[in-house]
Order: sequence, then C-alpha cells, then structure tokens
Amino acid sequence: MEHRIGVFVCHCGTNIAGVVDVKRVAEELASYPGVAFSTDYTYMCSDPGQNLVKDAIKEHKLTGVVVSACSPTLHEATFRRAGVGADLNPYMVEIANIREQCSWVHQEDKPRATEKAIKIIKTMIEKVKQDEALEPIAVPVTKRALVVGGGVAGIQAALDIANSGHEVILVEKEASIGGHMAQLSETFPTLDCSQCILTPKMVDAAQHPRIKLMTYCEVGDVAGYVGNFKIKIKKKAAYVNRDVCTGCGLCSEKCPSKTDSEFEEGLATRKAIYTPFPQAVPNKPVLDAEHCLYMQSGKCGICAKICPVDAVDYTQKDEFVDVEVGAIVVATGYDLYPIINIGEYGGGKIKDVVTSLQFERLLSASGPTSGVVRRPSDGEIPKEVVFLTCVGSRDPEHHKAYCSKICCMYLTKHAMLYKHTVHDGQAYLFYMDVRTGGKGYEEFYQRAAEEDDVLYVRGKVSKLYEEDGKVIVWGVDTLTGQKVEIAADMVVLGLAMEPNAQALELAKKLKIQVNEWGFLSEAHPKLRPVESLAPGFYLAGAAQGPKDIPDAVAQASAAASKVASLFAEKEYHREPIIALVDEDECAGCRVCVSVCPYDAAEFDEEKKVAHIQEAICEGCGACIAACPSGSVTQKNLTDDQLFKMVTAALED
Amino acid sequence: MRLKLSAEVIKGDLVERVAELSGQNLSACYQCGRCSAGCPVVEEMDIVPSEVIRLLQLGQVEPVLDSETIWICASCLQCASRCPRGVEFSSICDALRAIVLRKRLSGSVVDADEVTRTMVSDAPQMGVVGALRKLNG
Repeated sequence: MEHRIGVFVCHCGTNIAGVVDVKRVAEELASYPGVAFSTDYTYMCSDPGQNLVKDAIKEHKLTGVVVSACSPTLHEATFRRAGVGADLNPYMVEIANIREQCSWVHQEDKPRATEKAIKIIKTMIEKVKQDEALEPIAVPVTKRALVVGGGVAGIQAALDIANSGHEVILVEKEASIGGHMAQLSETFPTLDCSQCILTPKMVDAAQHPRIKLMTYCEVGDVAGYVGNFKIKIKKKAAYVNRDVCTGCGLCSEKCPSKTDSEFEEGLATRKAIYTPFPQAVPNKPVLDAEHCLYMQSGKCGICAKICPVDAVDYTQKDEFVDVEVGAIVVATGYDLYPIINIGEYGGGKIKDVVTSLQFERLLSASGPTSGVVRRPSDGEIPKEVVFLTCVGSRDPEHHKAYCSKICCMYLTKHAMLYKHTVHDGQAYLFYMDVRTGGKGYEEFYQRAAEEDDVLYVRGKVSKLYEEDGKVIVWGVDTLTGQKVEIAADMVVLGLAMEPNAQALELAKKLKIQVNEWGFLSEAHPKLRPVESLAPGFYLAGAAQGPKDIPDAVAQASAAASKVASLFAEKEYHREPIIALVDEDECAGCRVCVSVCPYDAAEFDEEKKVAHIQEAICEGCGACIAACPSGSVTQKNLTDDQLFKMVTAALED
Repeated sequence: MRLKLSAEVIKGDLVERVAELSGQNLSACYQCGRCSAGCPVVEEMDIVPSEVIRLLQLGQVEPVLDSETIWICASCLQCASRCPRGVEFSSICDALRAIVLRKRLSGSVVDADEVTRTMVSDAPQMGVVGALRKLNG
C-alpha cells in the first residue's frame, strides 16, 4: 500500500518554536519517504489548526497523520477526533512529542534540538506506516457506583450521583458517616457550625432511596474493570444486629467498660458498646470486642440482657457481600501526621500540647468541655495559647515536603474562636507564610489580627518543653531577628494532613496510583483532576491532597458528574491498543498470566493457550516483554514497528 | 537605609565563595528561623543565624564578616539537626571564619614540615589539621 502521511509541526506559541526550528523541520520531513504533506502552524490544537489537519487529510488523501506537538496525554484524543472528522481512522493519527521530550529539555542547544525533533517525528512516521485501523472496544456499563469513604466528600459524591438517577453504595469503615468534618467546631471563613451544615447531609444520604449506606464496612477483593467491577465488601462484626436495633441507647448507658473515645480524640471516654457521637448516622451502636468485658472474660453481658429488642449478638462474625458497580469514587480522606514523630514538640508526651483536631473538640459545644476551652492537664482555662503552623509539613528534611494547605486557616480560626470564649486570653500564631488563598480567607485572617488581637509571629518554633506547669515555647521573630520565648498555658499544633492510614492498602487493591506521599494521583493535574489514570476510578476529597471543605465538596461534585457522564452512555469505549496472543505460536507456559497486573491474561484450558480479555487489558505490555516465544504482540506497537522506529532514530 | 539589589550584588564572588567553602545551598533557606529559635548561644550573637543566611541571600557578605556571630557559633549543630531544608549553619560559619582569616593572613602560616612531634602530641589533632587547612591561603 502506498503511504501518504501528513506531518503537522506545532509551534506551541514559543514553547516549541522558541527552541526548535519548526520551518526547517517541516521542510526536511516533506521529502521523507512516505510523507505526502508537511507543514507547521502556531497552535495546531486550536480550531484553525485542527481544520488545517482535517483539510489536508481530505485534500491530500492522507493515509496517516503525525502531529508533532506536546505530550500525547494532552492532545492525542483531540487530534484523533480531528482525524475522525475527516474520515480517517483515529488510530492512524499519532503524536510525536517534541515539546516535553525535546524543546523543553534542550533549550540550551537549539541546533541539536531541531535535529532531535526531526528524529522523533521520523520514528512516529515509521510507526504510522504500520499502524492498523482499529475500533474501540465496547463494554457494557453497570450503572451503579461505589463510593468509598463517608466523609463530607464521599457524602457529597454519593448524593450527587444518586440525584442524577443512579444507585450508589456508600461504604464507610467507621460506625457512622460524617468523617473528620463531624468533629469540627465551626468552619472558616464563615464560622458555620460544622455539625449544623453536615448532619442534614448525613441524614439526606441515609434516607436517599438510591443510596445504600454500608457503615462499619470495608472494601475487600476487587475484580473487573470500568463499567463492570465486582467487589467484595466486608461487613465487620458489630456484635449488634443493626437491622433490628432501634438506637435507644440503653446498652451504651449501662455498659460498665470505658475506653478513649476516637471521636473526642482521646479527650473523653466512650463505652465498649457505643455510637461514635450523638448525631451519628446511622444512630446505632457497635460493640468494640477488645474493650468488652463479656467478649474478653465472659463476664458482664449487661447489654444483651438490657436490650429491649435482643439486638446484641456476641456470636456475630464478619460477613462478606458481593456487589457489582460500574464506577468507584475513592474518598478515603486524611489523618493528622502522628504527633509522636515531632520529638522537639514533646512527641505527644506534654499534656497541654494538643493536636488541631483535639482543639476542635475543646472548642465544640458538644465536645468534652462543652465548648469551654480547658487545658487537658488540670482543666484550667488557658490564658496564653500558642498556635503553630507547618508542624510536620514543609519540612522535606524530616517530615513532609508539601504544604498542608489548610493549617494557616484553621489555626487562625482556632485563635479567633479561642478569643471569642476567653476574652482576656492572648493568642500567638507562629507562621512562615500565612496562606489565605480562598474566597473570604484573607479578610478572615485580617479580622483575626485586627479585631481579635491574635499576634502573628513570623518564625518556626524550635522546641517546646514543660516547666512549672507551663509549656515553654522557643521561637523566633524573623522580622526583627529576635529570639522569642513564651511561657504558654497551652500549645496547639497544626499537624500536616496525610492520607488515611488504610488508604494506601486500598489504593493497592484498586490498582490506582498514588504520589510519593500516598495521596491519590489524578490522571492530569490540570485537565483531569478528579479521575485516576485507571479508568472507572474517580477521586474526591483529601485522599487526593490536602484540601478544605469547599474544595473537597467541589471535587466530590466534579467526580460525581464524571460518574454520571460515564453512566449516560449505554456502553463504555476502551482503547483497543492492547495485547494479542498468536494462538498458533503460544506454548501455553502461562508466564503472561503470572505477570499481568490487571488479571487480563487467562489460560484457555480447552485450547491450552493464553487468552487476553479485551475488556480488561490496559495495554501495559508486561506480558509481551515476558512471553518467551514472542507470541504476544501489542496492537499498533509490534516488534517490527518498534524495530523500524529504533532504526529511524539511529540513522545518521 | 536603602539596599540596592542587582544580579551583580546578589551573585557576588564572595557569596559564591561562601557557598563553595561551606558546601551549603544558601538558596534552600526559606527563612523559617528555626535555627535562631533553637540556638543555645543566640543571646550572644549580634546577628541571629537566620539573618546571617538572609544577608548572604541578599549578597551582603561584609556585614556578616564583621559580625560577632561567626565567632560565637560553637558548631553544636542544634540548628542543622532541626533545619527543615537541610542547611548547616555551622558550615557557613566555618566558611565565613576561613574567609576572614585568609584575608588577614598572607602566605602560609603553618608549614607542614615544621609540625613537630611535640606539637602533634600537645596540640589537639583537630587544631593542627584545622590550622593547616584554614590558615594556609
């Protein structure tokens, strides 16, 4: 077949043209074997640029197209659509990346960058010459979503998906939905009571006819692929038949065993049979076997005796439920970086040095001190309170390199609320930069400094230690260059947000990517911020990176709309660039089955050969590299194609 | 008082020399001040450690060379152990002291051939090595 390939060299403004001599590239490639048309243009991705491609395909009867521009992750889909617009099979359109892989990295050596650009394009021309016209693989879609995590992000995503007409299963590992937001006192910058704005949403989620709430449950085995996930959900033994329980609360009231309350961050106790907090949804208890007298020693059993509906069942076991869903929203949230890691601030051993979530509970009207700020050591009302930002964050040498984003704001809120309850108290806030990048945030900060006399001290505190019932703060004011010492009654640490401890394990199970700190990775930081690279997975809330409530809610709604658009089509179309087994050559050694990370390669017992399930294969190429007989190939990326590409790259 | 900044001022030879001798990336410091906050002898210093680095970032080496601070620093490494950006202030002080000493002294002060056995046994080993390293231009 005669090749008639079109080469389109994009300037990308000056991104490419500032380094690569685009005119020369286009001219030189015009005479390359198989090239029928070659040109350059300022912005190939723009409407006129795309029209240029379309018109050239028609006019020059092009059989293949190489767009030489940015990374294919950005505009491969754009130009493939343009190809379809001119009746060219989309898989006959390829991208030669001369921006990220050439002009951006070779700014120092323009002549050689031009040479390299030419070579990159030549390799792609060789590839296109042997590309086959492919059709996307259509797979059916189960129009039901799974939302993992019942914090504000998970709740919002579940509500939005349900409101768009689809069923949702909302899984939460704790006994109640609500997440960390349920623990907060008031929320910046408007000072709405957190419970007042969250609990109605929790109730909405629980009562929604299309949302199935599964609290005290965890995601187990995950199989399948976008549109067709099969998931095992573990219903943890609650030792309470929660379908029968009326939530009367008699059991908790009479239970004699106490332990630290997780919801109160250890500042108060709870019973062994408990609901995490009074507004819990569902408002039904679970039994903590580890602290239950009956479960530990066989004595007691009061809760079972007193329960009016016989809901307590000490013999309950973990159960597993199989569900089928088409999309998964991961909203597993955050934890605070453990205080034990910050030795110079006492590592959790100084009683009056508290975490930010503990301080939220001290400020909360429903908290252990009924909203009166009292310090943990002796219950006194503290008069000098120091707030520290960047504890464990912005410290690449010892802890986390990233900015935890919300600490400036919540500590400002803490200082302000503290002043609202202790009028004669003094609040100090040590900062490095006050980051107030949100609507109304800067004004909130100014208010704290001007109206509530919060003293902002620019500098990082070096250490904290106890002396005569005080916490001595060794800090600095870098603006005057003076070392500062404060004998504080109490210190509040703005600890870094980190991904929830179990989230990493879950990410591994779901086979979705995380960054170096364990936060879920988005498919593209700007253009695909709520999707994972693995199709069918969507991200919401702090599991993706530190964020405040407005951002978490916005992202959750965005993820929900992505799910809704997936569900809007009857079928989902997958990339056909996948592995293919030559059944005549395959020896049936099953190496491919063992290396496939997606469980797409399976062994056909009848034919005694390997078989790749089209709907699951991601085209990663692991089986192709592993196959000892070379009988697995990648569509449009065959060994022969690669060989020709390498040859083109190495030619003088 | 007005400080006129330019590329020439900021990237002066002397600043480059401090960076080279100390092996420290002065630009890494983001001025959190933790070094100054935790320094056990900061009361004796006329310019606190974080300010010394700030002055160097601004290309102002002379006032630092004239400061008491560089002679007060005892290299206890308290600051380095807590620095979030891995900057060793004591190494910067070493470099600044070396620059002052080398400026004042010309030629070799200690001749390696003249280091006697008695000198080695009487004087601290580090002192002898330091003298050879730092005092010989």
